[in-house]
Amino acid sequence: MDTIYALATATGVAGVAIIRVSGPAASVSCKAITGLKPNSKKPRVSKIVNSSGQLIDRGLVLWFDEGKSFTGEATAEYQVHGSSAVVKALLEELSLQPEHRQAGPGEFTRRALENGQLDLTQIEGLADLLNSETEVQRQQAIRVFEGSIGQRVEVWRKNLIRAAALIEVTIDFSDEDIPEGLNGEVANLLTQLISDIEGEIKTVRLAERLKGGFEVAIVGSPNVGKSTLLNALAGRDAAITSSLAGTTRDVIEVKMDLEGIPVTFLDTAGLRESDDEIETLGISLTKKRANRADIRVFLGEKLEPRYEIDQKKQDIIVSGKADLTGVGVSGLTGFGIQELVDNISGKLKNMVSSIGVATHDRHRRAMQDAVLALKTALSELKDGSARSEIIAEELRQSVSFLEKMVGKVGVEILLDEIFASFCLGK
Amino acid sequence: MFHVKQNNFDVIVVGGGHAGAEAAHAASRVGARVGLITHTLATVGVMSCNPAIGGLGKGHLVREIDALDGIMGIAADFSGIQFRLLNRGKGPAVQGPRAQADRKVYKNSIQTELLKRESITVIEGEVLDLIIRKESVCGVRLSGGEDVLAGAVILTTGTFLRGVMHVGSTQTPGGRVGDRPSVKLAERIDSFGLPLGRLKTGTPPRLSSMSINWSVLESQSGDECPSLFSFLSKSPPLRQVNCGLTHTNGQTHDIIRKNLDKSSMYGGFIDSSGPRYCPSIEDKVVRFSDKSSHQVFLEPEGLNDDTVYPNGISTSLPLDVQEQYVTSILGLESAVILQPGYAIEYDYVDPRALRHSLELKDVQGLYLAGQINGTTGYEEAAAQGLVAGLNAGLSVLDKGEVSFRRSESYIGVMIDDLVTRGVEEPYRMFTSRAEFRLSLRADNADQRLTPLGIEIGCVSEVRKEVFHKKIDELVKTRTILKGHKLTPQEANLCGVKVNKDGKRRSILELLAFPNVTTKNFFEIVPDLRDVGLEITQQMERDATYMNYLDRQKRDVEVLQRDEGVRIPEKFDYVGISGLSNELSEKLIKTRPEDLGQASRIDGITPAALTLILANIKSRRAS
Repeated sequence: MDTIYALATATGVAGVAIIRVSGPAASVSCKAITGLKPNSKKPRVSKIVNSSGQLIDRGLVLWFDEGKSFTGEATAEYQVHGSSAVVKALLEELSLQPEHRQAGPGEFTRRALENGQLDLTQIEGLADLLNSETEVQRQQAIRVFEGSIGQRVEVWRKNLIRAAALIEVTIDFSDEDIPEGLNGEVANLLTQLISDIEGEIKTVRLAERLKGGFEVAIVGSPNVGKSTLLNALAGRDAAITSSLAGTTRDVIEVKMDLEGIPVTFLDTAGLRESDDEIETLGISLTKKRANRADIRVFLGEKLEPRYEIDQKKQDIIVSGKADLTGVGVSGLTGFGIQELVDNISGKLKNMVSSIGVATHDRHRRAMQDAVLALKTALSELKDGSARSEIIAEELRQSVSFLEKMVGKVGVEILLDEIFASFCLGK
Repeated sequence: MFHVKQNNFDVIVVGGGHAGAEAAHAASRVGARVGLITHTLATVGVMSCNPAIGGLGKGHLVREIDALDGIMGIAADFSGIQFRLLNRGKGPAVQGPRAQADRKVYKNSIQTELLKRESITVIEGEVLDLIIRKESVCGVRLSGGEDVLAGAVILTTGTFLRGVMHVGSTQTPGGRVGDRPSVKLAERIDSFGLPLGRLKTGTPPRLSSMSINWSVLESQSGDECPSLFSFLSKSPPLRQVNCGLTHTNGQTHDIIRKNLDKSSMYGGFIDSSGPRYCPSIEDKVVRFSDKSSHQVFLEPEGLNDDTVYPNGISTSLPLDVQEQYVTSILGLESAVILQPGYAIEYDYVDPRALRHSLELKDVQGLYLAGQINGTTGYEEAAAQGLVAGLNAGLSVLDKGEVSFRRSESYIGVMIDDLVTRGVEEPYRMFTSRAEFRLSLRADNADQRLTPLGIEIGCVSEVRKEVFHKKIDELVKTRTILKGHKLTPQEANLCGVKVNKDGKRRSILELLAFPNVTTKNFFEIVPDLRDVGLEITQQMERDATYMNYLDRQKRDVEVLQRDEGVRIPEKFDYVGISGLSNELSEKLIKTRPEDLGQASRIDGITPAALTLILANIKSRRAS
């Protein structure tokens, strides 16, 4: 296996740059460029030289033994001064070392997976962590990175194996003394599993939302102050406002961090019958985006049904021109804005708190496959079917779907999909 | 008497138990001249434990042996005195044929099958040593000093390797009551430096039928319509009998508990591991102390035999305690023990030292089969005998090798489990060991294996003819069933509840619906009435699992891709940089033959597999 190296920190000028070297020959290059024997106990400051003995830089050398590094391989990390030239010289020197080559995208992480240091969901958690911008996103990502999905799957897997064992015993030991009522225990286990997994499936959509940002659409009739409200929320003129009805045609987006939750506010075209071709297009786009949003803020009053925007439980209706009426909100004066924001973030916090451990669409698909197999097994069982071997087969499938979720089965096939969507070669 | 000459045989089989008998017969079927060496001819084919063949997983093995023209199935059908298809109420994939056999008739029919073949010579003698030339085993030395030479030797010595029998605190060297252990042979095996382990197993006391009060006992009869083992058999020739059923009770358990310290197992005389699935009565009483009673099947050992085998109370307690607890059981109050129960400890060779052909990786020409590889059971032994016999025969005659895949047979599952994972307790076949269980059924063993048998030449003309006739009928019937497509309305008229979705379905598809048989379609396809029951049942069974079989087929493809990557025999795992010590140790212990096998070794990571693959590729390139 090659030893791979790459710059682990961002490129450009910085105080410190970190270069990581992982693989069986990492100790060889460590000795060559620092003259030091690997020592995981002691971080050391050392000269770093090239093959002709010229000093490249002076840096901190960290050593991680096999099995105790991120990748699971013997790994060296060099903390040098964050200059492009220093980094370039050091990388060049490493390229001359035996069996060394530049790491491909995601390769360190891939090795961590292949060596069993991380499971697949932890890697997804890591990617989310690197991409996280808000506090709540970070909380979700770190939970996944810490292996919460693997732990949950392990519990399910144990129960599934218990159920499978109960079924198998009635098959392979049917001519022996077997206690009655095993099927009842299996049915209980399966029912509980189905409900647990379905609970997880339900909140994956919210978890995905948390990663990409929730959407709050501001909708209402023309000229009720939607764009003014958006501008007030954004603290800048994101949307053009005028006294003319139908000013906003396109959907305008403003991203915000509401108490750690990423939110995209959408300003939409005012809803009315219009002959204007462009305005009509804008209205139809509004309908689509508004219906897809997590929360809709109806400015003014409730909309007529003909505009085809369904009002849902979590939606908010508020009067839009408090500067004139004294009730509701006003984008002009800022009246009622804080209450509105508090109201929205309260609702979002509720949604976030219901999120389970699964966070990716891939998890949802695997869990759906697993649940489908479990439901088939349960219905065979409840029909009083004696075809225990079919039940056993469905349970086996179900386990394998769940294992696929954490990357235990058919890894090779999954790897391409996973690593194609990440660039983790840091 | 046999006269020793220079080059005597192609294959020598040492031992005439179930593995040895099947090995000798198999080698002879592929054209080898076979010498079968046994202590006495009288014990060839003897059932030294319970008088039954088959069961779950095991019945599948017997059908597979038969599909390759082996002898176990035929002998079991010939000697069967009670046939029961286990799991009759469950799906066809997990139904297993089982039979009580008349021990004498079984043994005789095995001997007859062997003696029928001119190319098999049975030699009575004790093998003292193996003869080795140029690092290859080429014969054996007998205790009389004669050498018998051959191209390959198959050892099927069962529990004879340093076998020790225990009754209470009494220990007797020996592999079976009345037989001597093979100490010298064990020393030779030691000299190869093979990894050895120690196992134990036990038997119950045998009872006199006349002393049992059958009138108070439940009795269990066989199936009205017996399911036989051999694809060539039609009906059992022997009279059919019932077994008795009784139970241990609180008093039995008290006696055992009180005397535990006298048991070889619990008195500390044995410390090797025994099978968890076949516990001694001591084990049952201790480990499942909350159970107040255990089943005991009373199995007659033959039609003209007074011996009864009480299945479920194997023991290593002293004889006087055996007498006490036996007589505490209902119906056995005045039972007479004809032969005490005993436990036996013996050496086995870690089967990871074997290739899939059952030849030792490090000792060319030497094959091992049966209990010596850490398995238990007649069927497991016979199946290994078959594999070793075929391979030894083929190899000596320069006809290549035959391997059995996990996806194609229980034989393949067992061999792969053994050589990949080794054993920690005596290995027994279960249907749950087969991940492709739904396709590996007892009823289609011939379709899975007979073509292979024909290809390697181990199948007789008679069987070939029967097989081809069956296949013709299957193909013909399948064409009829596929050709007739019914509308939902028509299907409903035939008694199949189908959604009225306007989709036409073939009869084959309709057979997958619950409780539908070919009978449903007799009205509209009268030709079906003429098709034999065996054929229509097969169609119905195939249909039951249709959806699952497609899925399994995809899994098989993935497996075969990995199996296609061979790992060179002398592959240097230590020389691979990046492979942890722990993993390379595991790999060296098993020395997998291909990447698929490597992936099944516990704890092997994808990274390790990638490394191996990369190394193989770079070697090929250079």
